[in-house]
Amino acid sequence: MFPFCFEWAWDMSHMVFMGGLWYALSIIGAGLTFAIVKSIMDMKSHDEKDHGHH
Amino acid sequence: MNETPLIPAGVKRCSKWQFSLWMGAVTAVLIWGIYAMFLIWYKGLNQTNMNDAYGFALWIWADLAVIALGGGAFFSGFLTYIIGKDDLKNIINFAVIIGFICYSSALLILAIDIGQPLRGWFIFWHANVHSMLTEVAFCLSCYFAVLTIEFIPLILENPRLAKKPFLHHLSHNMHGVMAVFAATGVFLSFFHQGSLGGVAGVLYGRPFAYREHVFIWPWTFFLFTWSAAACGPCFTILVTWMTEKITRKKLVKQEVIWLFAKISGWMIITYITAKTIDTLYWALVTAPSKGFTLMDFYSSPTYNIGLLFIEIVLCGFVPGLILITRRGRENSFFLMSAVILAVIGVSLNRWVMVLQVMAVPLFSFNDWYTYMPSWQEVATTVLPVAYGLIVISLAYRYLPVFPQEQELNPID
Amino acid sequence: MKEKNDYEHSKRYGMVIDLDKCTGCGSCMIGCYTENNVPFKADETNKLDSINWIQVYKLTNGKPYPETEISYLPMPCMQCDGEGKLGHSPCVSVCPAVATDYDYSTGIVSQIYTRCFGCRYCMAACPYHARKFNWWDPVWPADMEKYLSPDVSPRMRGVVEKCSFCFHRYQLARNKAYYENRQTEELGEDEYQTACAEACPTGAITFGDLNNKSHAVYQLKNSPNAFRLLERLETNPKVYYLSSKKWVRRQGDNYLANEEPGLIKKIDKQHH
Ligand code: SF4
Ligand code: SF4
Repeated sequence: MFPFCFEWAWDMSHMVFMGGLWYALSIIGAGLTFAIVKSIMDMKSHDEKDHGHH
Repeated sequence: MNETPLIPAGVKRCSKWQFSLWMGAVTAVLIWGIYAMFLIWYKGLNQTNMNDAYGFALWIWADLAVIALGGGAFFSGFLTYIIGKDDLKNIINFAVIIGFICYSSALLILAIDIGQPLRGWFIFWHANVHSMLTEVAFCLSCYFAVLTIEFIPLILENPRLAKKPFLHHLSHNMHGVMAVFAATGVFLSFFHQGSLGGVAGVLYGRPFAYREHVFIWPWTFFLFTWSAAACGPCFTILVTWMTEKITRKKLVKQEVIWLFAKISGWMIITYITAKTIDTLYWALVTAPSKGFTLMDFYSSPTYNIGLLFIEIVLCGFVPGLILITRRGRENSFFLMSAVILAVIGVSLNRWVMVLQVMAVPLFSFNDWYTYMPSWQEVATTVLPVAYGLIVISLAYRYLPVFPQEQELNPID
Repeated sequence: MKEKNDYEHSKRYGMVIDLDKCTGCGSCMIGCYTENNVPFKADETNKLDSINWIQVYKLTNGKPYPETEISYLPMPCMQCDGEGKLGHSPCVSVCPAVATDYDYSTGIVSQIYTRCFGCRYCMAACPYHARKFNWWDPVWPADMEKYLSPDVSPRMRGVVEKCSFCFHRYQLARNKAYYENRQTEELGEDEYQTACAEACPTGAITFGDLNNKSHAVYQLKNSPNAFRLLERLETNPKVYYLSSKKWVRRQGDNYLANEEPGLIKKIDKQHH
């Protein structure tokens, strides 16, 4: 799974397979991070608006 | 001060005691399954009736079957977010829940199935990228993560959770990027559904399973993806129908069901045509080149040629033809029969591709291998069903699963 | 594991088993049990869940008395070279955790017990049923543990095991050659022999390097009576059989009614 596992090789099969895997994982990761960060920001701006009202 | 109710507004749910009674009954079955599971983990796989000839048996079938049936989730995601069939938004929540249940069950069964459960992570860490099973393990886990992500926003819509500002925003933002997740899910599903087909298809030592290659994959790779996309929606329709019967309410407009059924019908017809071609090529070219006739594979009382007829004609062409004709799918009896046949068909296909592969003798001095699952195997296979019922019951009670429920069942 | 030796010059250990000589006595199985610490149960009646690295099968021509003929066939792991490219053995290519591997310098298919997590995919892939699963914890009768071989690690519950062509003997032979300042790659034929070959009282099992012209197996495998099991699946086994009986040769593989074993194109990379 990682280049430091001893059965790893920089051959075509590993690059295609692991490339696909890490690609999918990064998209999932990026999507999740985006949603979480944006929610925190939304919440903050919401709070500020609430303060403005008072 | 009044607490926000747990049950979504505008819908009616059964009383607490009725719900508890139902949950109690299902939990009893669940506990039976969990008991068997721990027995197997503690004592080992000698608790099963598998043997050296039947290394793959009931569990692997259950795995393949639930994954095929859970295919409704990725395919509805594909149709809704990528093709833009907006109507399906009304059933996709439920499809995702069913998918979530199916995939978590599959992972659980795999964890029970391996001889050294504590070494399960070797499949990731020491991955052999040439093995179909490695591909399955990776895509399955990634896709399960995707399904969880698709399920979370729905959970966050529970009225009490939605009160929390962060969760409310999170749900909203996750919805916002759902198309990305859905697309990733489709990508992953294509590969793991396919690799599950490849699991049997690459076994060149097993002429019953072996299919020659297109690209770098055996044919079964594509057939499995295709059949999951074709029959998964049927399972979603079936479970929706059962939920409607149990709750005595219409939950999804019939037009949505018909649309889903129609697409599924065309998928089934094209799939079963491809499957027929595959079967012919295998029976006429591949098998004879290894010294087998078609009937050699169907010479046991259990595994006779009738199975092939049931799988391809009765549970393939018949439901496909019903679903693609308007008169067929709009008649509720025919619709439900077709849906049930398709579900049986795909499950039978998975059964044959696992169990029959093991049963066929390869030497003339060997006989057909037989196998009967032990009660522990049965209990752990029933376990996901009980678990699924619990998840669906909870989701239906506390989450706005069906967007059209309010409109279809106004309460005054 | 990555290096791929030149096919002609690397060693390919294999076996030739003369079925005309085999009496079905089972000494090879016993020899193997003791040599490789193969576990057994108190009740071994169910052959489908007992472990053996070599198993003797009984074949009959199916004719009534007095024409009945019987032949015994010992079947170890065939150490398949595999379809297409060398090393693509049925079982090796499917193992998700690289727990079974093809050794390019000897042609022997290894099994790494501590790496195997018991998914049994390799068992589904092997057409010879050469792979056995440890359904139980291995238990030896009292005191017998003291007689276990220190050269072979016993296996744990939940993993697959199979014949290794007594690979530890190969390692010991190489060690010996090294201490004696000899070339470790050039072992004499008798320096590395499997336990089953030595145990067979009729000398039915011959073991050696199939690529080495001076080894007996090199000639034997080219006999007109030689055949391999399920050759048509293209598994490329390295275990050959000899039998003067045509019906035995026919039972070694699958043929359509109109096919004759000898006439089917031999899919054997060896004869290129
Ligand atoms: S006989 Fe079976 S276990 Fe041995 S190398 Fe061939 S496929 Fe693998
Ligand atoms: S049982 Fe072990 S050796 Fe066989 S495929 Fe699975 S991990 Fe590999």
